[in-house]
Amino acid sequence: MRAFTRHTGIAAPLLRSNIDTDAIIPSVEMKTVGKKGLASGLFAGWRYADRETRALNPEFILNQPEFAGTSILLAGQNFGCGSSREHAVWALDEFGIRVIIAPSFGAIFRNNCIANGLLPVTLPWPLVSAIADEIEASHSDHELLVDLEKQEVVTPSGTAHGFKITASEAERLLKGLDAISLTMQLRDRMEAFHRKDCVRRPWVYLPHSH
Amino acid sequence: MAQTLFEKLWNLHTVSDLGDGEYLLHIDRIFLHERTGGIALQNVAERGLKVRFPSQVFCTMDHIVDTFPGRGDATLMPSGREFIETTRAAAQAAGIHLFDIRHERQGIVHVVSPEQGIALPGLTLVCPDSHTCTLGGLGLLAWGIGSTEAEHALVTGTLRVHRPKTMRVTFHGNLAPGVTAKDMALHLIGKYSSSGGKGCAIEFAGPVIRELPIEARLTLCNMAVEFSAFTGMVAPDEKAIEYVHGRPFAPAGSELESAVTHWRSLHSDEDAEFDYELAVDCADISPSVTWGTSPQHVEPITGTVPEPETESDPVKRSSMESALDYMGLEPGTPIEDIRIDAAFIGSCTNARLSDLREAANYLQGRHVADWVKAVLVPGSTPVKKAAEAEGLDKIFEAAGFEWRESGCSMCLYAGGETFGPGKRVISSTNRNFEGRQGPGTRTHLASPVTVAASACAGYIRSADPTTARKA
Repeated sequence: MRAFTRHTGIAAPLLRSNIDTDAIIPSVEMKTVGKKGLASGLFAGWRYADRETRALNPEFILNQPEFAGTSILLAGQNFGCGSSREHAVWALDEFGIRVIIAPSFGAIFRNNCIANGLLPVTLPWPLVSAIADEIEASHSDHELLVDLEKQEVVTPSGTAHGFKITASEAERLLKGLDAISLTMQLRDRMEAFHRKDCVRRPWVYLPHSH
Repeated sequence: MAQTLFEKLWNLHTVSDLGDGEYLLHIDRIFLHERTGGIALQNVAERGLKVRFPSQVFCTMDHIVDTFPGRGDATLMPSGREFIETTRAAAQAAGIHLFDIRHERQGIVHVVSPEQGIALPGLTLVCPDSHTCTLGGLGLLAWGIGSTEAEHALVTGTLRVHRPKTMRVTFHGNLAPGVTAKDMALHLIGKYSSSGGKGCAIEFAGPVIRELPIEARLTLCNMAVEFSAFTGMVAPDEKAIEYVHGRPFAPAGSELESAVTHWRSLHSDEDAEFDYELAVDCADISPSVTWGTSPQHVEPITGTVPEPETESDPVKRSSMESALDYMGLEPGTPIEDIRIDAAFIGSCTNARLSDLREAANYLQGRHVADWVKAVLVPGSTPVKKAAEAEGLDKIFEAAGFEWRESGCSMCLYAGGETFGPGKRVISSTNRNFEGRQGPGTRTHLASPVTVAASACAGYIRSADPTTARKA
């Protein structure tokens, strides 16, 4: 998995609350069996004036020239709620989004971010809102610096806002660690648990040919 | 020390404490579907890894398949066939249980799972679908995960999970006649907001819950994710034990005896403490419906579309305004004045046999309004067969409902199935998000019997004649 240490990029405010994974990528836009080819379906309901022809909706922030190349999203509470579809994260990733800053996240979506090397940053709403105001007020500079080692977001004016993430999540992101490889280091414990469990709860384990 | 049901289940499945609130949990059952199952199994195979416990893994076809009679692998969505074929091949190669399109056990994953005795009290069960929390209704720890997590669960038989906080939601008082588990869920989310259960493992408790049949408990727990919960659950009781008995994958004989002894220990101890407690007085619950684009946008059917001006929180106000704009509604409009174009009964929330019986009971001798397109998609192939054996299909068809094959269908624009842009749908499903049922489609969530009554009136209506306005 790709590691995340620090990232500087254009941040776009998309401040609605409860932006769900159906909005991030509608089910019908998940056209291929795999993790690629999803960026064109990102925010399809908002991004296109006409979904058939892919004519862009000029009102949508990610279509505005000054937000071209956006790699950081600022969002309202409960970003990524709803369906568990990891396609939402794959689509954001392929589009170039590296960081999402919001007051809270849908739990499955947040796990999916960590699994794919995207950084979910939780900051209280007044701070998210203030950062968005600062970015919108400055026509030339929409860039934020997000530093995972220092666990801070630095705004164009140089103000640093600290954020928290658990040590294990930070380690996985910083080193780009794959969860399966990490867990396989505990193989002995897993096998010991299973041996004991087969005796304790034999009814859980199904025969191979049913 | 006194423990909650959740703590008992969590401790029983803990392989290792990883520190910082993260645990390695043993996973008893994994359920996959063609939307992400094929991708997950393919990735596992491509990495040269193997499924650790193939006999504990199940897969059904529900998220993309067509639901039209006579369906095959082709779907309205051009690439749907590719998902179905890939999943089929990957499932066969991995040696897991597959309920394919024409399999007698096929259906919506969370309907199939309890129906076949795959979800059992006391288990951990995961599925790359957010509504996996449904199964908590039988007293197990079941939750939705992403595809990468599914790969982890397949390969290791475990998951790395942050331990959620615990919450108990106690329903007390008495449910008025005609108030369903769906109304309980909508009322709860409307009252405490769509983030009211944020990240919690919720136990639904109280005398009203004990009285609920298993299928109603499944409906209530299904909506826990719309309350932002990690999962929902109800302690297994004799009803749950009886429900499980004799199902194809459930234990039998001496194994059943030992399982039942274990299941009877699965309840929160009397002195157990929860991180949060909520209480709901059932006297406050009446047949309810959503008016907006979040499951917290709930009103009783006798109510009116709310006025955003009365909301003091600017974020909530603007979300109400954009919801009203999307839904094409004016503040202050009586809910019963909302004219509908379509009615849908289906989904993992409300398409079990009891849901179909309640709706059919209302529809007997009635017909949907002539401007309403009405569709019924049974929760599973066994539900469909059982309903047909009771003659329910004839009641639905005589009332003007289409009678389909099982799948997720119009709950999520699955495989491209939709009523169309701007169409207003009364729906027994779980999400009223913008575009959830197709671009521009407007969704009002309600119970199956409310869907039936509204379909007949052509306007949103309660099935309860004492409160419903005459059509």
